[in-house]
Amino acid sequence: MATLTSVGTLYRGGEGMWTWVLHRVTGVAVFFFLLVHVLDTALVRVSPEAYDLVIASYKTPIVNLLEVGLVGAVLYHAFNGLRVVLIDFWSKGPRYQRQMTWAIAAVWLLLMVPGTFFMLKHTVEAMFGSTS
Amino acid sequence: MTAVAEAPIAAPVATDVTFRVRRFLPEVDAEPHWEEYTVPLFPTDRVLTALEKIKGEVDGTLSFRRSCGHGICGSDAMRINGRNRLACKTLVKDLDISKPITVEAIKGLPLEKDLIVDMEPFFEAYRAVMPFLITDGHEPSRERLQSAEDRAKFDDGTKCILCACCTTSCPVYWTDGQYFGPAAIVAANRFIFDSRDSGAEQRLEILNEKEGVWRCRTTFNCTDACPRGIEVTKAIQEVKRALIFRR
Ligand code: HEM
Ligand code: SF4
Ligand code: SF4
Ligand code: FES
Repeated sequence: MATLTSVGTLYRGGEGMWTWVLHRVTGVAVFFFLLVHVLDTALVRVSPEAYDLVIASYKTPIVNLLEVGLVGAVLYHAFNGLRVVLIDFWSKGPRYQRQMTWAIAAVWLLLMVPGTFFMLKHTVEAMFGSTS
Repeated sequence: MTAVAEAPIAAPVATDVTFRVRRFLPEVDAEPHWEEYTVPLFPTDRVLTALEKIKGEVDGTLSFRRSCGHGICGSDAMRINGRNRLACKTLVKDLDISKPITVEAIKGLPLEKDLIVDMEPFFEAYRAVMPFLITDGHEPSRERLQSAEDRAKFDDGTKCILCACCTTSCPVYWTDGQYFGPAAIVAANRFIFDSRDSGAEQRLEILNEKEGVWRCRTTFNCTDACPRGIEVTKAIQEVKRALIFRR
């Protein structure tokens, strides 16, 4: 008889569990962004040169991608936050939680597709040359 | 009309189904481990039948709780393919038998043996919300009457069989030794919204504490797990709303 690993399986929760996991992950991620952002902005009072140096170091394709990720995380966290508020306060909220999940996914995609395009436009042009 | 010979009904065939069971015998095992068993089953058989077959014909040491076998006693909650289910209400035909079906104890309660956990913390939370009728004033000389509309207000919660599928599917309950858990809140809801009961304020006070409803992160695992189809998250939300809007 096969003896396999001892750990239990991952609980196979539904959309509700995964939207919550993502909500917590994006919440913590946005918190760390804000922390760094407060620190780099505070640097301007210490030394404007150092501030300029740090801000200049952000002008790379990687940071540009991170910015897209940040916008995506903030948008998701905000929309899902509103969904959670509606689940808690609107009497019909719990019954429509699935529909609300698909609604926020749709709105998120609707904003992120053009948003990503415009946010990355400059980087792509700088890296591969402008066509215009 | 002349009688037409009916096509013979094909006899159901038993197929071999493999179960991957998380075993733990405290007398011999230091750690739980997985074991596989293959038993012949009909599509209409329940997972409980499979466990009984394994225990009766393959390995008599396999331990699990069950009593009614009909989804009413709440004994046999377990994790089947990663989700909390009653073994007696889960049919083989509803599972993917092309790969082994995993069966393990419910999560978040102390594991005692194989599929058996210590249910005491679960019942402790249940007792803490005072799940019984509380009345004041004179004892009436006849029944306590209630309109059909008032009865309907708490109907959902009356269906609970205290199986713990909901509470042990809750991510907050797993990681936090304090949370009362959804089942206790369903039980409290059942009395809070009962027009004959006058203990609502006391129960709301208990559920307003830090172990109470505010721990719920609306993940709906409990609602998805409930074998009685109770809208568990909605029952919790009703208590949250009562705490905010009623006073
Ligand atoms: C854009 C506006 C925002 C809205 C509408 C919002 C909404 C919410 C809501 C409703 C919750 C509770 C979730 C629950 O009970 O499951 C929550 C949790 C949380 N939020 Fe936000 N939030 C916003 C911005 C932020 C920001 C800027 C940060 C970071 C500094 C943040 C970090 C967190 C964290 C760490 C949690 C805890 C997650 C958890 O308990 O699972 N949020 N947010
Ligand atoms: S909805 Fe609330 S009580 Fe139910 S599983 Fe999620 S966190 Fe737990
Ligand atoms: S609410 Fe449902 S899942 Fe929870 S204990 Fe009652 S019957 Fe079981
Ligand atoms: S054996 Fe009673 S509920 Fe399953």
